[in-house]
Amino acid sequence: MVVEHKNSDQHLIDSKTNGSSWKIWLKRLWKSKTGTVGLLVIFIVILTAILAPVLAPFNPNEIDPEKMLVPPFWSEGGSIEHLLGTDNLGRDILSRILYGSRVSLLVGISSVVLAGILGVFIGLISGYYGGFLDTILMRIVDAFLAIPNILFALVFLAVFGPSVVTLIFVLGITNWVSYARIVRGETLSVKEREFVKAARAIGVKNMMIIMRHILPNVISSFIVISTLSVATTIIMEASLSFLGLGIQPPTVSWGGILSDGRDYLATSWWLATFPGLAITITVLAIIFLGDWLRDILDPRTKG
Amino acid sequence: MVNLQNQSRNGQDVIEDKILLEVNGLKKYFHVEKNQILKAVDGIDFTVLQGETLGIVGESGCGKSTTGNLLIHLLDKTEGTIIFNGLDMDKMTKEEMRKSRADIQMIFQDPYSSLNPRMRVKDIIAEPIKTHTKLSKKEINDEVNRLLDAVGLDRSYGNRYPHEFSGGQRQRIGIARAIALRPKLVICDEPVSALDVSIQAQILNLLMRLQKEFKLTFIFIAHGLPAVKYISNRIAVMYLGRIVEITTKNELFEKPMHPYTESLVSAVPLPDPTIRDKRERIVLQDDIPSNLNIPTGCRFHSRCPYVQDICKMKEPSLSELEKGHQVACFFPRNLN
Repeated sequence: MVVEHKNSDQHLIDSKTNGSSWKIWLKRLWKSKTGTVGLLVIFIVILTAILAPVLAPFNPNEIDPEKMLVPPFWSEGGSIEHLLGTDNLGRDILSRILYGSRVSLLVGISSVVLAGILGVFIGLISGYYGGFLDTILMRIVDAFLAIPNILFALVFLAVFGPSVVTLIFVLGITNWVSYARIVRGETLSVKEREFVKAARAIGVKNMMIIMRHILPNVISSFIVISTLSVATTIIMEASLSFLGLGIQPPTVSWGGILSDGRDYLATSWWLATFPGLAITITVLAIIFLGDWLRDILDPRTKG
Repeated sequence: MVNLQNQSRNGQDVIEDKILLEVNGLKKYFHVEKNQILKAVDGIDFTVLQGETLGIVGESGCGKSTTGNLLIHLLDKTEGTIIFNGLDMDKMTKEEMRKSRADIQMIFQDPYSSLNPRMRVKDIIAEPIKTHTKLSKKEINDEVNRLLDAVGLDRSYGNRYPHEFSGGQRQRIGIARAIALRPKLVICDEPVSALDVSIQAQILNLLMRLQKEFKLTFIFIAHGLPAVKYISNRIAVMYLGRIVEITTKNELFEKPMHPYTESLVSAVPLPDPTIRDKRERIVLQDDIPSNLNIPTGCRFHSRCPYVQDICKMKEPSLSELEKGHQVACFFPRNLN
């Protein structure tokens, strides 16, 4: 008992120092250095996407036959005019990357959100209710897993035509199954815990139990997976662009620039390297942010 | 501690003559693979009076927790009737059913898994209130504070998460949640068996205090006699899905009639060595048989030290051999 009281005094001090909820969040964000970096980088990337017309030195589609394959400014033959060089048509790479971030972020994040909503919902329903419904839903998931993603995307885009909206849709549809599987598994284990039994004994409605008791306890694994898959989605968009069914020119996307640069990998490395770096940095930042988000959503790691 | 026991147990002033719960022929069978049937609860009858504490004891697998789950509708019964507060639960309307859900609450065994780690304590305690009433935010908050007071927790604890508390404190939160709606019946499913011995007594005393304060009726499920002895007015002993003996606490400890009860009572540790040495310790042979393969005749015959031929053929029914003392045995012990 004595020990308990000591603990509780400690807690009292803690709760007194709590100010407004915003301040607490910022404080906890600052404590996690990777989270801070992640948030900062994402913020900058989003800002450049919005401000691309202001920041970009050139029109991303402006062709200049006199300045084809100019290397970045620090290499021999490079110029300050084109900081990251130009591509095979003389288009400014920096401007293309800045504009490309708009589509890539939009496609990457929206399709993961779409897949997440669908996958989490179906996973929760399937795991919680079980039985016949579970069997049916999981067979659908199996069927989706059996179809190669890229094939499905190709057929879908060939039928409905490639555009940003269909691309988001098709990437969302191909991704939801993995979320459904993971969330279902987590749901199966969480619903056997006694607090769910307690909620049922109280007479809480099923939908409320799912939203209030199960979802908050399965969300952390979803966050980790979904941040990782923003990366694969951006890559997937790139492969579709490479196959000619992704974002259509003149719209620029990171994946598109990347695949354009593939042919010149041996001679002009900067064509594919810079969009690749842009993808890597953004994805890394999203992963950092995801880790931090998972931690703060768990009250046990508070403080 | 002794004082409290004398006041609330021997005084018996809180127990009314009204039957709150009546269970008749309650059965729960589970179908397991290969068409086998697991008879978890195999026809039990008992009544609970308003204001009393009925202890249910038995080894693991005897059906005591299943019984508790059947009473709060976490499981659907296979057969039998449950009459709560004069109403047959099968014939209740939806509204009556909802009300009865609020009237029967449960305290769980594991204070760690019975609280949602992602919810604040005040939200955990408020959940039953939000589910069953339409109180305003402020009224709910006041009620939560009153409940925190009642279970001996500081009001400021409401804003914390369960992981910040010890096992005993967590169990107090669970108790606050269970009594939030002022239920008529609280089923305590081994509420102290996961706690340190030093904390057990605190929780038991708290339960007894709350019983008086809120006029609660308890069904107290436990796997050993000591905890049940402290808190119960009457005790039912279960064996393989059946009640083998049910009587008042004192009667059970002084004159156990069923051989199984007799061996349980003889196993309770005694502090006084002179009495302890004189006592005959009855150690049962073999393990408890499987629920999938219940022995014919009396289900205890395979381990009974006094077994006769009839015990292997016929199953004895639970019958009142003395006033308020029901036993299911052909050759009861300690009969006058």
